Amino acid sequence: MTRAAPITSGFADIVRSQLRSPLAAGLNLLVLLAFIAILKPALDWAVFDAVWRRESGAACDGATGACWAFIGDKMRLILFGRFPGPEQWRAAAGTAVLVGLVMASLTPSCWGRRLVWSWGAGLILYFVLMAGGLPGLPKVSSADWGGLPLTILLTVFGSGLGLVLSVPVALARQSRLPVFRVAATVYIEAVRGVPLISVLFMASILLPVILPEGLTPGGIGRALTGIVIFFAAYMAEVLRGGLQSLPRGQYEACAALGLGYVATMAKVILPQAFVIVLPAIVNMVISALKGTSLVVIVAMMDLLGTTKAALADPDWIGFYVEAYVFAGIIYGVMCGGISWYGRRIEHRFVSSREHKK
Amino acid sequence: MRSGALSGSLPFGARLAGRMRQREVQAQIVFCVLLAALVWGFIQAASGIEGRGGAQSGFGFLREHASFELGESLIPFQAGDTYFRAFLVGLLNTVKVAVCGIILSTILGLVIALGQLSPSILAARLCRLYVEVFRNMPLLLQLIFWHTFLLRGLPAVRQALSPVEGVYLTNRGLYVPAIAPDPAYLPMLLALVAGLALSILLRHMARQRDGVIAPKWRLAMIFGPPLAVFLAYGAPFSLDMPALAGFNFKGGWTLTPEFAAMVIGLTLYTAAFNAEIIRAGIQGVAKGQTEAGLSLGLRRSQIMRLIVIPQTFRIITPPMTNSYLSLTKESSLAVAIGYPEVVRVANITLSETNRSIECIALIMIIYLMLSLLISALLNVVNARVQMQHR
Repeated sequence: MTRAAPITSGFADIVRSQLRSPLAAGLNLLVLLAFIAILKPALDWAVFDAVWRRESGAACDGATGACWAFIGDKMRLILFGRFPGPEQWRAAAGTAVLVGLVMASLTPSCWGRRLVWSWGAGLILYFVLMAGGLPGLPKVSSADWGGLPLTILLTVFGSGLGLVLSVPVALARQSRLPVFRVAATVYIEAVRGVPLISVLFMASILLPVILPEGLTPGGIGRALTGIVIFFAAYMAEVLRGGLQSLPRGQYEACAALGLGYVATMAKVILPQAFVIVLPAIVNMVISALKGTSLVVIVAMMDLLGTTKAALADPDWIGFYVEAYVFAGIIYGVMCGGISWYGRRIEHRFVSSREHKK
Repeated sequence: MRSGALSGSLPFGARLAGRMRQREVQAQIVFCVLLAALVWGFIQAASGIEGRGGAQSGFGFLREHASFELGESLIPFQAGDTYFRAFLVGLLNTVKVAVCGIILSTILGLVIALGQLSPSILAARLCRLYVEVFRNMPLLLQLIFWHTFLLRGLPAVRQALSPVEGVYLTNRGLYVPAIAPDPAYLPMLLALVAGLALSILLRHMARQRDGVIAPKWRLAMIFGPPLAVFLAYGAPFSLDMPALAGFNFKGGWTLTPEFAAMVIGLTLYTAAFNAEIIRAGIQGVAKGQTEAGLSLGLRRSQIMRLIVIPQTFRIITPPMTNSYLSLTKESSLAVAIGYPEVVRVANITLSETNRSIECIALIMIIYLMLSLLISALLNVVNARVQMQHR
């Protein structure tokens, strides 16, 4: 068996290298055959035999392909849920503002005082757009927020507030004061040992019981509480990894300079730890995005909930494959986008750190 | 607790007291008081709702009789049995789906990882595509999709799809042949346990004399006795084929659409993560290890078996533990499609008895126990595969 590595990588070379060993050639042939066998019916279903534009479900009855007309008819329901029709641009605009802020926050070159002000202004704009109540912007009850804006809201605030909560928890977990350390350890291990759905149940059933009447948050608030409690524990563990990976010299240098605990953590330790764990936090955001779909079980209308609702229309029966493929593509594009972004910043940090050495 | 150490004359206590500055002690006391107040308020509120119900609180309700049926169970269960038994059924169903998912997702993950590392670019790309697609879609969406597909996409019982003789796919469930029970099987199981015990005992004895037993002898010791029993009984083996009887199939092994959807969904989703773990594990073994093996004149298969695979195990055991733990916890999503596992049982019980706090506490306790059990088991495995420092 020759083991010379190909130096040029022209197309012909790739093909030749792919046919050299019997294993590679056989596998290639197998995959190619399977691909052709699957691709043809899949394309027929999704494109050539698909029904694109019709008035009702009856039009798709005889078709062998996908009924994309169903998605076309239900697009607004799936994307926005019960958000009132003429106001849906507000949900779209508000969500765009929120996503823009998050993307800026994940770009290290944007970090600074201006970002804090942008968050303040952006959040006010977001809630004005979503809830309304100003002249020209009719009020929209938060019970009517749904679909993609709700999924993004739960993801952004769930992972954002979770990250905020995770900082004191991670510090307490690392603390040499036993009470704080034990409390943080119990919290982290208990949450990590139970499924997200049980935390969501707890938040949605127990919060109204525990809190005095009038203080009880609405459905979104309760679901958000559960998501924050859950992901804060995971993020605290991630952050602890970052804190532990910092060399002891950093702490000792702070002590030598006479910095107190708060200054040491806020100015020296946490900024470095955050940079180290940023890729892991990006992964947690992806988990949070996928995890928000669980709010369906506590009767909320996020993207998965509105997809299920669209399937309940008696005029359009049996187009579940189209509906779930559509929702799956939206989730897949969002998660894939976040993970691509994560790989990019990870790459940049690794290369910048190596450059410094 | 710590104040005792302050007054003590032990040097350790004195050091401790010296370290604990007054402000730190105060902060901890304030935190304890706040926590106690929170817990007290919680208990007050909780006893408030129990009072409304007029029943005694606590887990006493587990002895009362449930009036619901569960779709499937490993032990007999019917309306009128206790809630405790219902939770037991739920726990067994959770374990059943988790074990199936763990085994199948590991196998599929291994295949996909090997595919990604294969010399064929097309196979590698295809496996990469699989990982990206299945890991970026929420598990719940996949589970609901498979459940809907098994209920609506498959034909009715009369027009059952039968890809292989004896396997029938219908919208009422999947029917596959089962191994017919035989009186020989119980002695075979006992022989297997005896063989296992014998092999562990002999290995322990060999260890004490710094000896080892060759793997083939250990295998013979474990699998020999059951095989001997099997042959002694005249090799009884027959398949129980499902057959159409009336409105449904009888015989064989029935997988309900809920269970099948859970296993398919959990397997396909977790396999994507497992494939990444295994791929990273194989790639994580330094190239020099393989080259060293080659220079020693070992064959490729020997290098794989003796050098690469043991080190891969060392790398992948901790992340695989996490993956198995996630899978077990994620089996709780079955509540959305009606597979009667712990959360589903708790949910039904909750709506029947209004014992919200107890039911949620039970879910959490059961999952905490399962998590601890799996971590403990895999910690044993981990301790065995890690490098031995002497």
